[in-house]
Amino acid sequence: MSDIAEKTIDRNTADLLKQVADFEGKFKGAFNIRSNGGCLGRKSSENIKIESKADNPGLDIYIAPNTKGETVFIPACVTAPGFDDLVYNDFHVGEGAYVTIVAGCGIHTETGEPARHNGIHRFLLAKGSRVLYVEKHVGTGSDDTQKIIDPVTECFLDEDSYLEMDTSQLGGVSKSTRNTKAALKDRATLVIKERLLTDRDETAETHFSVELNGVDSGVNLMSRSVARGHSHQAYQSVIIGNNKCHGHSECDAIIAENGKVDATPELYANSGDAELIHEAAIGKIAGEQIMKLRTLGLTQEEAEAAIVEGFLA
Amino acid sequence: MLEIKNITFEADGSRKILDDISLTIPDGKLICLTGPNGGGKTTLAKVMAGVLTQTSGQIILNGQDISSLDPTERAKAGVAFAFQQPVRFKGISIRKLLSLAAGRALSDEELKAALENVGMVAEQYMERQVDTHLSGGEIKRIEIASVLLRDAKVAIFDEPEAGIDLWSFNNLIRVFEEIRDSRKCSLVIISHQERILSIADEIITIQNGKLGLSGTRDSIFPRLICKNDCTDRGICRMEAAQ
Ligand SMILES: Nc1ncnc2c1ncn2[C@@H]1O[C@H](COP(=O)(O)OP(=O)(O)O)[C@@H](O)[C@H]1O
Ligand SMILES: [Mg+2]
Repeated sequence: MSDIAEKTIDRNTADLLKQVADFEGKFKGAFNIRSNGGCLGRKSSENIKIESKADNPGLDIYIAPNTKGETVFIPACVTAPGFDDLVYNDFHVGEGAYVTIVAGCGIHTETGEPARHNGIHRFLLAKGSRVLYVEKHVGTGSDDTQKIIDPVTECFLDEDSYLEMDTSQLGGVSKSTRNTKAALKDRATLVIKERLLTDRDETAETHFSVELNGVDSGVNLMSRSVARGHSHQAYQSVIIGNNKCHGHSECDAIIAENGKVDATPELYANSGDAELIHEAAIGKIAGEQIMKLRTLGLTQEEAEAAIVEGFLA
Repeated sequence: MLEIKNITFEADGSRKILDDISLTIPDGKLICLTGPNGGGKTTLAKVMAGVLTQTSGQIILNGQDISSLDPTERAKAGVAFAFQQPVRFKGISIRKLLSLAAGRALSDEELKAALENVGMVAEQYMERQVDTHLSGGEIKRIEIASVLLRDAKVAIFDEPEAGIDLWSFNNLIRVFEEIRDSRKCSLVIISHQERILSIADEIITIQNGKLGLSGTRDSIFPRLICKNDCTDRGICRMEAAQ
């Protein structure tokens, strides 16, 4: 099997792959490129086996125990107007494996019916494994066409495992419902960093639901978002502490122009030893932040751009 | 030279915070503004920097009327201002903020020098965020560093001593003296701090929004009374005599 895709990759798809998975004509490591429901290329490695599912569209990705430092790329693209992509990918991470999983999704359409990608990802982390999961979502092409991305992420963290999910959607996705669920066993840790930018009439809904079942399990949920234009975002986080555990969620949103954001944090402590914290702040860019940057010679627009860029970095 | 001519500032449309203030900041001098809390020093500094707009009066920089310039234009004209209460930013690193202040991406060497000026070890700070994780003294020093990086004609520092440890403070005094000696820009330092007052070329007091005493350091300094509300670092806070 070769490092490069078996089928030719058109320009739009290559651009999307670059944006969501840093694709530069090839991937270093195991990969599978999904495009309009088909496969443009796949490669397993010695430690990471990628197999098609028998029953559903999608993949089983098996990461061998104690695999160290490898990266697997599972990007998906939709470039056909009207295409409704549904995929189930399961990541089976072996005991003690330390890996990075890059699994973004990009949609490019210029004309036509709404295009949609619905990726259902399950992460099964065995004892002591550590995963960095990077998920970027982008929409490109004409703003007049609907581009819908509805990711579902389910995470099962066994004892002493660690999952960090860096998820971002920084423009061009018209509509998005993002559902993330996790269940943690003893001493498992989940870190989620979410970055969202919506503009025009875009909408983004985010739901997080985390069950802290194990003793000393912990979650840290950090969401930063910017809602511009007439866009609307809804953020819901549910943290359930069923044991001695610690949960922290933080939702920071900047609203600009006519953007709207709702945030509903929910904390449930079902154990006397659960420590759960939620912080939320929604508001315009602070006037004094803009003022400080203007006194350094930036214009109003430059100051706003620098603040937003930093905030979403 | 910065000339403040008959500056009046009214809050809420009527209450006079600054009342007909006129003064001149000559080139290459270190001027200390002092006076009781609430006297109007910060308000005057903000009017000079364009952060607040005066109700009436004029501000002239090297012959150019800058009264109606907005803060961006004011900064470009050469006025720099270190806030009394520094602003925090989620997601902006010290490297980024100081590069914005300098108007270009700073090299590691330049950053190191800029941070050392304010008594900070660059390696520990360059990539840190200018957010709530910095202590009061740390953010204050970053604020000062941001202004020292401006190529200013007039640099205004609003109570630079606040929250700063003695070692960094000594450093800062040295930096202020160097700037003064280089005559590169005029310094306006709002301060109650004896050590800063003692290096001033001129001292100006402001109380109740009005100009009080003003003159050379040697003529004003003895007339300021220490009310002995010294801070825990033994730094003496001065209050202007009525
Ligand atoms: N934005 C504002 N609106 C109304 N009053 C203000 C505002 N800012 C400051 N003041 C008032 O103006 C007076 C002068 O304040 P300030 O310039 O901060 O004094 P100083 O810096 O000398 O301590 C004080 O009475 C203060 O409460
Ligand atoms: Mg003040």
